[in-house]
Amino acid sequence: MKELACKCGHVNPEGTELCLSCGRALTKDADSKKTSDVMRYEGMARRSQTYNASIIDKVWNFFSSVKVGVWLILITLIVSAFGTILPQVLFIPPLIPPEVYYEEHYGWFGRIYYMLGFHDLYNSWWYMLFIAAVGISIIVASIDRVVPLYKALKNQRINRHASFMKRQRLFAEKEVADPNQTIAEIKEKLKNKRYRIREEEGHLLAEKGRFARWGPYVNHTGLIIFLIGGLLRFVPGMYVDEILWIREGETMAIPGTDQEYFLESEGFTVDTYNTDEDSEVFNDTIDRVGSIVKNYQTDAILYKREEGGIAGDQRELIEEQRKAIQVNQPLKFDNFAVYQVTYKLDEIRSMSFTMDNKATEKSVGSFDIDLFQPQDVYELDENHKVELMGYYPDFEGFENGEPQSATPVPNNPAFLFNLFSPENPEGEVSFIAIQETLEPLGENDYALSFSGIETHDVSGLTVRKDLTLWILGLGGTIFMIGVIQGSYFNHRRLWLKITEDGKLMAAGHTNKNWFGLKKDIEYSIAGTDLTEITDQFEEKEKKSVALEEKEENDRDSIS
Amino acid sequence: MTQLASLSSTLLYVAFVLYLIATVFFSGSIKSKKHANQTGKNRWATIAITITIIGFLSQLGYFFTRWMASGHAPVGNLFEFITFFGMMLVGAFIIIYYIYRVHVLGVFALPIALLIIAYSSMFPRELSPLIPALQSHWLAIHVSTVAIGEAILSISFVAGLIYLLKDVDLSKKGKQTFWLEAVLFSLVIVVGFIVTSTSFELAGYEADFTYITPTGEQDVAQFEMPALVTPHEGELQTAGAFVSPINTPAIVDAKTLNSVLWSIAVGTLLYLLIRLITRKSIAALLQPLVRRVNLNLMDEVGYRSVLIGFPVFTLGGLVFAMIWAQIAWTRFWGWDPKEVWALITFLFYAAFLHLRLTRGWEGNRSAWLAVIGFAILMFNLIGVNLIIAGLHSYA
Repeated sequence: MKELACKCGHVNPEGTELCLSCGRALTKDADSKKTSDVMRYEGMARRSQTYNASIIDKVWNFFSSVKVGVWLILITLIVSAFGTILPQVLFIPPLIPPEVYYEEHYGWFGRIYYMLGFHDLYNSWWYMLFIAAVGISIIVASIDRVVPLYKALKNQRINRHASFMKRQRLFAEKEVADPNQTIAEIKEKLKNKRYRIREEEGHLLAEKGRFARWGPYVNHTGLIIFLIGGLLRFVPGMYVDEILWIREGETMAIPGTDQEYFLESEGFTVDTYNTDEDSEVFNDTIDRVGSIVKNYQTDAILYKREEGGIAGDQRELIEEQRKAIQVNQPLKFDNFAVYQVTYKLDEIRSMSFTMDNKATEKSVGSFDIDLFQPQDVYELDENHKVELMGYYPDFEGFENGEPQSATPVPNNPAFLFNLFSPENPEGEVSFIAIQETLEPLGENDYALSFSGIETHDVSGLTVRKDLTLWILGLGGTIFMIGVIQGSYFNHRRLWLKITEDGKLMAAGHTNKNWFGLKKDIEYSIAGTDLTEITDQFEEKEKKSVALEEKEENDRDSIS
Repeated sequence: MTQLASLSSTLLYVAFVLYLIATVFFSGSIKSKKHANQTGKNRWATIAITITIIGFLSQLGYFFTRWMASGHAPVGNLFEFITFFGMMLVGAFIIIYYIYRVHVLGVFALPIALLIIAYSSMFPRELSPLIPALQSHWLAIHVSTVAIGEAILSISFVAGLIYLLKDVDLSKKGKQTFWLEAVLFSLVIVVGFIVTSTSFELAGYEADFTYITPTGEQDVAQFEMPALVTPHEGELQTAGAFVSPINTPAIVDAKTLNSVLWSIAVGTLLYLLIRLITRKSIAALLQPLVRRVNLNLMDEVGYRSVLIGFPVFTLGGLVFAMIWAQIAWTRFWGWDPKEVWALITFLFYAAFLHLRLTRGWEGNRSAWLAVIGFAILMFNLIGVNLIIAGLHSYA
């Protein structure tokens, strides 16, 4: 490896910009660069700028570049925005196939959107690829910088070469009566401002807030932990996302718990705000909008199966807790949470019928059909009975003369009955659906008529287990600590040096918030012989402004 | 309770007027010959900042009385949220003012806050009860943190705008001159919206249309401005109201589009009027105000506000947002448009910081980034709610 020897005698590794010992610029390139650029990583050699031979070096160098990192961020940003132009496939009505939906609703644009895969952007492999690239960039760029930066700040020398001092943004050089005395005075004041002071042969380095320099690396670590947490989602057993439809009065096994936990619904309620009970300040809105929902609630009882109980056996359930599950108030147990998500009101639970003699118009008896547990035969009295020959919970019409049911949910129940009576010992066939009665085998003597229905509500609950949450929380916390560390604190340094010809030289540097550093230095040197420090950056600016104004004035006077 | 609610409205009105007066005083403060550098103490500025603080307290009064009257933090709909955002913009300005004491910041920050508060009052202002999803302490925590973060980030836009007004050479035609004027023009469009909306509201204009929704059902839309475009297969139900022959397809929200068209029309008219009367571009009109601005300081103010605002926004817009989403919506992240746009905002300011910290993007470039950042914030605040439907459409 090539090495760079400095005039002061110190030998630096290749790629170093400022001598590790005295701070002189080692190359012409480093000398001509802006000070803020050189000082960013203390003029240290970084791996990415030293090696470029193998493929690994090239990949490393690619991902270590902040320019590449920013491009990756911007691409991810723009692509993400594209995903919000039309609703994602997740949010479209579930019954319509997406290839139809997008074209039907959004025309040619919708078709292209669907064809390019933007309808499910955030789950696409190429979106994941961008996120992964950002992740790799964060890791590589951080390691590439944090290691040399740590070394540089740990081994900081106190006495810096005059050329290093001169190029700092805040700089002063002055002949004072007793430089050692002045330094001592400034030192005391810097201590008041809680600077850490180190001295060497009369030279001084005051430093504050160095830990702020680690902020970016801390927050990047947090981000990486967060992204890893996101990946763990795909490890089996870490994540459960199920929906549980539960009817009032029903007890069901909670999906994802291996039949260990059961839930009973005691009832579901929807409340709306009303102008009588709720605060009168809401009246205007209620009048304008109509009804506004106040509460969705499932009154639930959680049971746990007894140890050693048989799976699915509901007799051995032990009550664990009672809870009104509301939006924002999930039921929690054993890493699981059960949320109120949706509902269905007034699902038909049972239907009542009476059997009437058509001629006499007299009822001979009545019966109820539980739509979830229908019986085969309903005995009305000694002489009359009804046989349930067929039950079609979600009747949608006939196919080849056979009644069809679309789903097992009783949305539109229909029945095929055989009615037995003394007149018809063999029975009469009757088909009954809502608002429809057929007597397919000829005119009957008896007819069934609806005498009522009972309904119940159904709660739609989401069952969720997410064992990655604590990792995400940890990542998020570390990220926030890092961001605050890096943004709300800054690393301020002041070097004081006695030159060979006995002058006092001062230079100040900070990674951000020059305003704050200037205030600190102004406070520290006030009343000492070193009366002021110059902001070389502002001086330059002022000169150029003055020049411009002069030109302007000249122009004005000419015209 | 009703009395408290009306007291609350009065306090908001008082705050609005006070901000207006404070703007005048801030404008006076930068004219003072004695204070060539426009910083430090100065009588006009002292009066201005005092009035600003009283206005801010009055608006805090609005906030808490409204909270008491409704029983929940008043950040539950667009009016409440945008007003709160305007208030926090003033709050952020006050803090930054006490750090740097730059008077000119007030000349721009306060009018923008005024514009935002006026804009918010174009949405329904009555107190409304909370739907179940919003009934949580996280409403106050999440929404207020987001608004504070966004407000601090907006100060970087104000600083950036001032920077550009001074820095961009308006005598040369170019991209920068054009876009700077475009930014100012868009502010005039907002004024156009407020003027139009308020005028038709005062006139009590109303026109009902029956129309066909995208799902094929019939519904009624109430237009508060004369219909330049009518909703899908819309039929006018109000006698004598204006009807345009332009009918929109079902997926377009005709009412929103109509407001946008009116705002652009009236805003453009206003803009042309200003140009006709003054014979100057708006940028050129404002430039004398910033002639003595210290560009370096303005750059520092802008950068500092991003540094302070970014962590706050991240905490509110991503961290608290995820915690609440896990509680209310069962998952911490679900790619809802508002969530995506919060991520976009986060990524944008992350890019801003990286460009600045390690690529040396300072001054002019940094100022432009701050302007773009504000555009993203505004789109997230208004555009996402009005244009893209999602879980956050509460207003």
